[in-house]
Amino acid sequence: MSPSRWTSRHWQQSLDLAPVWLSGAMLSVALLMIVALVGLIMGRGFSALWPVPLWQITLKNGSSHLGLIHATEFIPQTGDSVKKPLRRTLFRIGNRDLYGNDFVWIDDDQVISRMHPADVVIIERLEWGPFYGFLKQMRIRGEAIERQGPQLWTVLQQQLPRARRRYRAIQHLQRRTIGDISAAMEQHRLALRRLELRSRLTTPQGQAQARAHQTAIAKFQQQYTHVAEQLNRQREDDATYRIVLTDVNGRTKELPISAIVRTYQPNRLTLVGRVGVYLDRLREFVFGQPREANSEGGVAPAIFGTVMMTLLMSLAVVPLGVLAALYLHEYARQGFLVSLVRIAVNNLAGVPSIVFGVFGLGFFCYLIGGTIDHLWFPEQLPAPTFGGGAILWASLTLALLTVPVVIVATEEALAAVPDGLRAASLACGATKFQTICRAVLPSALPGILTGTILAMARGAGEVAPLMITGVVKLAPNLPLDHVPPFVHLERKFMHLGFHIYDLGFQSPNIEASKAMVYMTALLLLTIVVCLNLAAMWIRGRLRERFRGAEV
Amino acid sequence: MMNSPLLTAGRPSVVVRRPGTSPAAPSSVEGRPNIAIEVEQLSVWYGKIEAIKHVTMQIPERRVTALIGPSGCGKSTLIRCFNRLNDLIEGLRIEGRIRLYGQDIFDPSRDVITLRKRVGMVFQKSNPFPKSIYENVVYGLRVNGEGRRAVLDSTVEESLNRAALWDEVKDRLYTSALRLSGGQQQRLCIARAIATEPEVLLLDEPCSALDPIATAKIEELLYTLKERYTIIIVTHNMQQAARVSDFTGFLLMGELIEFDATDKLFTTPHDPRTEAYITGRFG
Repeated sequence: MSPSRWTSRHWQQSLDLAPVWLSGAMLSVALLMIVALVGLIMGRGFSALWPVPLWQITLKNGSSHLGLIHATEFIPQTGDSVKKPLRRTLFRIGNRDLYGNDFVWIDDDQVISRMHPADVVIIERLEWGPFYGFLKQMRIRGEAIERQGPQLWTVLQQQLPRARRRYRAIQHLQRRTIGDISAAMEQHRLALRRLELRSRLTTPQGQAQARAHQTAIAKFQQQYTHVAEQLNRQREDDATYRIVLTDVNGRTKELPISAIVRTYQPNRLTLVGRVGVYLDRLREFVFGQPREANSEGGVAPAIFGTVMMTLLMSLAVVPLGVLAALYLHEYARQGFLVSLVRIAVNNLAGVPSIVFGVFGLGFFCYLIGGTIDHLWFPEQLPAPTFGGGAILWASLTLALLTVPVVIVATEEALAAVPDGLRAASLACGATKFQTICRAVLPSALPGILTGTILAMARGAGEVAPLMITGVVKLAPNLPLDHVPPFVHLERKFMHLGFHIYDLGFQSPNIEASKAMVYMTALLLLTIVVCLNLAAMWIRGRLRERFRGAEV
Repeated sequence: MMNSPLLTAGRPSVVVRRPGTSPAAPSSVEGRPNIAIEVEQLSVWYGKIEAIKHVTMQIPERRVTALIGPSGCGKSTLIRCFNRLNDLIEGLRIEGRIRLYGQDIFDPSRDVITLRKRVGMVFQKSNPFPKSIYENVVYGLRVNGEGRRAVLDSTVEESLNRAALWDEVKDRLYTSALRLSGGQQQRLCIARAIATEPEVLLLDEPCSALDPIATAKIEELLYTLKERYTIIIVTHNMQQAARVSDFTGFLLMGELIEFDATDKLFTTPHDPRTEAYITGRFG
């Protein structure tokens, strides 16, 4: 074999392999981007909650700062090019109530000394963000506790669970007891208004009813006064348990113990202690209520809203999409018109989601919701019941947005059902409807579920249409609670996707919220993956049942 | 259940009946068999193409009637007329008449569902539903609204017995039908078709996707089934037609060339085209 022939064959082989290499490379690029994105979110998200040591730094001008390193950057020096670029560090110094700012940039060349003071404490509290400083004193009912240093810390740890119980009791009175009383009063007020609107107040019967309502309102008013007094007493008592803190420059700050969310000494923490703090923060993030304009605390209401909205959307989109696809594929006479409808459905998927949002606002909220209000809730007007943003309307809007996905997937699944199966069913004496219900749909179910999974994934991540059809930054009540009728589809709700936008771009303290943005994104990703996994598991079980169908 | 001892005991090999010994001749001991289906001047049009051309024939009761002919000759179209499965095809037009025991099956006042209960069908490709064996057999009963467990149970056992499948599947009635072998699936389809107690059983090339052993089992089954049902079988395989059928019709290009007792048709065909086909000169 001559060398030249070998070369040409070699070239030929390379050319044959080129498409393989090219497609493999493209796949690698796609995978790399996904891994990088998920890795970034996971890395930033998971590390955000890890308790890191606190630095005390003294500057040339004599001032001191206590803070966590948040970021560093290099500033190119002007003039002398030999000089190394200057490094500066962003410290999170906390104590927003004292300093008015959470963060400070410090040039490294200004720093004289830096150290980890051992007895420094971090107090995460309900308001004003974390406090970095030293524990000075504790006062219970006006009397100072005669302890110092580590002993005082121990006493504080003992006091914390009690303070938390007091806080919970106050919260319960305030939100649950008083909330229920106000809700009941509102019900009676609305009933009165209803009587008035139906001009029943002139009849003796109506007057009797009205009197009953007024008595009930008066009774609840009394209850309210009573509870409010109790609440005041509890608050006053709670306020007598206090701690005194000092910052690094000796400024003092007094704080009721019940305002503390979490305390720890970051420079004394062992690894186990760090893991403990980390897990506690994670728990608060997932199960807690948001605080401080959502930039602290948890995202539980947003998780709940996202999951409930996605499930409601699936409940709406699956019947809608499956029935539409059934008509298109099983009943409609195939022809020009059906092709046109099909093209239209496919194009629907390309309509910008905000357009769906505007449609949802106009059609669902204002038209349908407004009509419902006029017909069934006139006593509430002008305050809307269904006539504004609501989880129901947001879910239905998303259902419209994702219905093409379900239709296309269902049609494909129906087309994959062999005609022999239909013929077999018909030959057994089944009607067309029975054939579809008993033979065709069960066989198409895995495909339909695939479509549902895609629709759910698309719907859970969508934000734009929700912003105008029912999502709010902070919803006072969940759409599902203890007040009858328990499911409140007319309520506004919180959503993780919107939460990300709100934290990242609308927050008053963006730098402090950054970690929460990553965490929330990670959580949203996790929820979507979980919903998908659940649906895939169901689909797998169905496939298992139909195993051998392909053979 | 009536046939189960015969079928389960020792499983005899293929029942090959030579034409001479066949009891198929209409004028045998019992006298002329009744006519189950009468086809009169039947024409079927797919749009402008005439797939069946003026077919007239009489199918005797409780006999096996085979329809043979080359691919595309209209055998399947014809057999699908008997249970009106062709109704689903858009652009299909039927002229002429088919009478099932004297009743016109195309009569608009008659219910097609009732017809399909009287005329069961088994298809070329076995097509069990993605359900359990049990649910497959009772499908026809369930769509009729039969829900009594005792009735369903006894139907399952009886139908599977008649389809010679009971002994093979009785311990796994509630497992997926799709896990059965091809031959078992086809016999399950037969069980499903006879569960509703039809009068006529249509078989559209039931063995074309099966191996010789499974084919033999089905042929053997037909021999016992014809004691209860009028059977019409479409087949490509002339040996099969000769083995299992009492009467044979030969179709060519939509025309019924010849219809006669099987032994006559295969030994002394009247039409030269029939002779050419059965001797393998074309098709």
